[in-house]
Amino acid sequence: MTPTVRIFVNGAPRDVPSDVSLAAALLNAGHAAFRRSVGGEPRGPVCGMGTCFECRVTIDGVTGRRACLEKTREGMQVTLDA
Amino acid sequence: MPDAGTAIMRADVAVVGAGPAGIAAAVTAAGAGRTVVVLDASPHPGGQVWRHRDRRSLPAVARRWLNRLDRSGAQVLCGAQVVDAGPGTRIGAEYQGRALTVEAQAVILATGAQELLLPFPGWTHPGVVGVGGAQALLKAGMDVRGKRMAVAGTGPLLLPVAAALARAGADLRMVAEQAPAEEVRRFAASLWRTPRRLLQAAAYRASFLSVRYRWGTWVKRVAELDGELIVTYTTGRSSWAEPVDLLCTASGLVPSTELARLIGCAVRAGQVVVDDRQETSVASVYAAGEPTGNTGMEAALVEGSIAGLAVAGRGGGEAGKLLAERDAHRRLAARVAQAFRLHPELRDRVEPDTIVCRCEDVPMSAIHPGWSARQSKLATRAGMGSCQGRTCGAALEHLFGMTRDTVRIPVAPTSIGVLADLASQPDESQGAS
Repeated sequence: MTPTVRIFVNGAPRDVPSDVSLAAALLNAGHAAFRRSVGGEPRGPVCGMGTCFECRVTIDGVTGRRACLEKTREGMQVTLDA
Repeated sequence: MPDAGTAIMRADVAVVGAGPAGIAAAVTAAGAGRTVVVLDASPHPGGQVWRHRDRRSLPAVARRWLNRLDRSGAQVLCGAQVVDAGPGTRIGAEYQGRALTVEAQAVILATGAQELLLPFPGWTHPGVVGVGGAQALLKAGMDVRGKRMAVAGTGPLLLPVAAALARAGADLRMVAEQAPAEEVRRFAASLWRTPRRLLQAAAYRASFLSVRYRWGTWVKRVAELDGELIVTYTTGRSSWAEPVDLLCTASGLVPSTELARLIGCAVRAGQVVVDDRQETSVASVYAAGEPTGNTGMEAALVEGSIAGLAVAGRGGGEAGKLLAERDAHRRLAARVAQAFRLHPELRDRVEPDTIVCRCEDVPMSAIHPGWSARQSKLATRAGMGSCQGRTCGAALEHLFGMTRDTVRIPVAPTSIGVLADLASQPDESQGAS
C-alpha cells in the first residue's frame, strides 16, 4: 500500500496517497474547478504538465503554484478560489 | 523565505528537460566524460511520455534509460523551473524556492512539446482537458474509474490515451477522430513499412473495442449543466449532444520553443532549426527531440544521443548511424502529420464570444485575425497572462497564421526575489559547483 499524507483543502483535512500529484488528488476529491479566471469563470486543470497555468492554487500561503507540478506533502495547506 | 543571492553551478553541459531527448543527451555526454547538469520542472525525470509515479510501471526501454541516467553521473535537478536563458549558454532557474544560475559550455534544449489546445465554445469549462493532459493526470494518479469520458480530436495521441483511460476503468463513451475514414485508412495502409506501429494501433483499439469509434466526427461545442458537460458532436451534416464528466480534446502537439526563441535560436515553421549535430543557429546551443519537430519518443532518444556526442566532440561512425535513424523518424512523422492534419472545420468552431486567451479572458471578437501576436497582445492583453501566450499563441498561430511574439523573461512566473537574484551579481560563495 502507498502511504497516505494528510493535506488540508480550504481547511478541510483529506488523506491522499503520497505519490499522486496535487492536481490528481484535488480532482479525486471532487474538485473540478481549482480557481477563478480574471473574468470570474471557474477553471480546472487542462494540460496536466505545467504549460497552461489553469490549475494554479495557493499552497502554504504561496499563490500561483501549479497543482499539476506539485507532490502532495504532509500538512500541506491548499486554498482553492473556486 | 528563500536566502538572498543566486546559487551558481558550473558544468560542461546544461540539459533543459529530462524527457527521452534530455536523458539520452545527458547519458551520452556524461558517458563521454563531460560534467552534466539536467534541469526539469517535474518531480521525476521521464518527461511526458515516461511520466510515472512508480518506475516499475514503465516500459522496459524507459526503465533502461532512467537507470542509465541514475548511473551516468549527471546531476539531475527535478523541480527546477527554468525562467531565463541566455545570453549564450547561461541558464537561470528557480530551484527549491531560490535562484539558480547554471554556467555551462554548451546547452542542450530538450524542452519537449506541448499540446495544441484550440479554442471552441465551452473549452474553458472545468473537465475539458487536453488528451495529453488527461494522460498526464492519469499517470499522476487521477482516478477515472466509472467516470463518463469522451476522447475527441485528431492525431496519434487519440488512440493510446483512449486505450489507457479504458484500461484504467473509465466509462469511455466516445472516441471521435476528426480525420475522415479514408485518410485514417490511407495512413494505416502506409504503415506497412513499419508494421510494429500497425500492431500497436490494433492493440490500442482492442483495449476499447466496445466503445464507439467514429471517424469524421468532432466536437462543436461544450456546455456545462449541473456539473455535467454536455458535448455537441458533429459530422458536418448532423449534430447531437451527449453528457460526459470529462472531455479530452486532441489537436496535436506543438514544439516547445520558448527557451530557444529567448536565446535567439532560429525557429522555422514552429520548429527549432538544427544542423546534423543538433546545433541551433546559436553556437554551443543544441536542441533535441520535440523542439525540432514532433517526431516522437524514439526520434527524441536518437536526437538526444546525437547532441550528447556533439557536445563531447565525438562524431564519426556512431553519429552517422544515428543521423540515418533520425531522418527515417522524420519521414514517418511527416506522414503522421499529413494523415492527421487539422481540418478547417475546427477553425470555424470559434465564435465571437469564445475565450481565446484563457489567462486574460480575451474573447475572439476582441482579436483581429490579421494582427500579429504582438498587436493583439498590446490591444487586448492576449498572451500577457501567466502562461505567457503558450496556449493562445500556439492556437492563434495555427488558426490564423499569426506570428508569435518575442519571448520575454521570466518564461515561467517566479517570485520577484528569484528574478532579482538572477539579475544580480552571482554570489559564488553560496554556490554548489
